[in-house]
Amino acid sequence: MTKENQIPIKQIEIEPVKIVEPSIWKTLFTQGVWSNNGALVQLLGLCPLLAVSNNVTNALGLGIATLFVLITTNTVVSSFRKVIPHDIRIPIYVMIIATAVTAIQLLMNAFAYSVYQSLGIFIPLIVTNCIVIGRSEAFASRNSVLHSAFDGFATGLGMLFSLVILGALREILGNGTLFDGLDLLFGEWAKSWRIDLLHLDSGLLFAILPPGAFIGLGFVLAIKNGIDYRKKKKL
Amino acid sequence: MKASVITTRYALILGAIALICTAILVGVYLLTRGTINDVVEKQQRSLLLEVVPQAHFDNDFLATCKIIDLPEAPFLNKIYIAKKADNLTAYAIQATAPDGYSGNIVLLIGITPVGTILGVRTLEHQETPGLGDKIEIRISDWVTQFTGILFNEETESSWKVKKDGGQFDQFTGATITPRAVVNNVRQSAKWTVTELKQHPEIINSFVNCG
Repeated sequence: MTKENQIPIKQIEIEPVKIVEPSIWKTLFTQGVWSNNGALVQLLGLCPLLAVSNNVTNALGLGIATLFVLITTNTVVSSFRKVIPHDIRIPIYVMIIATAVTAIQLLMNAFAYSVYQSLGIFIPLIVTNCIVIGRSEAFASRNSVLHSAFDGFATGLGMLFSLVILGALREILGNGTLFDGLDLLFGEWAKSWRIDLLHLDSGLLFAILPPGAFIGLGFVLAIKNGIDYRKKKKL
Repeated sequence: MKASVITTRYALILGAIALICTAILVGVYLLTRGTINDVVEKQQRSLLLEVVPQAHFDNDFLATCKIIDLPEAPFLNKIYIAKKADNLTAYAIQATAPDGYSGNIVLLIGITPVGTILGVRTLEHQETPGLGDKIEIRISDWVTQFTGILFNEETESSWKVKKDGGQFDQFTGATITPRAVVNNVRQSAKWTVTELKQHPEIINSFVNCG
């Protein structure tokens, strides 16, 4: 082939492919609520998760309390991350967490007395919840205040989600109701939220007993893992 | 830097943080104290009204609370005295049944001086959800069967659950919990119509609550 009848090759400039990375906010949210859920993935804080999730009201009460503790502690830890000495950071985090929990306990005692009574020891036990100190250590101590506060919100929402799902499952099977006693948390107007799903003389007692919590959690974990597996398969 | 200096510095930092945390909590406590007291008092008043209806008293019922400390009646905790036009009309007795299936059951019992039960409510328990927790009014109306029943020495033998030959229903699959409650209400009623009726001055020896 002579030089003349060669087809001139156009120089095509290949533009670098822009990989659209999800925003930090979206990543934090999906990590906290789903892909790195404190209860359903890391399996942290199982004691309160199993103990108080026999109905949605208790689950919501503890979930909201944990959510506020996570937001508060993450914000405070992040605010002082540069001045907290590395060697004594853990006792400092524990004091911050204990302060937040005690403050929330007093507020619940004042404004949600019935829920405060039914949750009992599980409110102060938030102090020992590994999710709270885990996020302080792994995230809040290394990131900005806004990101840390949002991480606390997302992680707390993940815990709240886990509690409510398990609480709803056990309440439906055990009592045949949903949102029973929600007025204890939100006032008289929430009485109308109660739904009678299964008209049972006596529900599946096993569901609201402690063994039912373990089996219920097993089912929730299986469903979550199934959803994740299907998502992976699609990709 | 010397280890002792570092240790002292860290100790001071931890101490300072502990003081700050304490100060914050003192602030929150002072802000919520009034509300907490109001909420607790409101709940106590509403509970007392459930066992001794308003028609039975015109005094400050809650303020009459006295702590019962009797070695011969360890199941009794507190007593409230209802009066109408300065006449004794009823008592509200807080008592503990120690023989529940999962431990103590704390009850509030409204009773007239002659032994008529005005109402019974469960204050605290650790009974099995779905079985023993039917002693709670929000779950079942089982405790309302005591209302209006007279206790005296002639009727004492019927103050048992049906399984034991008495007049009170038990729960399906759970007899221990209702038996404990019935026994405690019977003991409290018996103490009221015998000891308290014969020696009403005994109340003056009891210490005021709180």
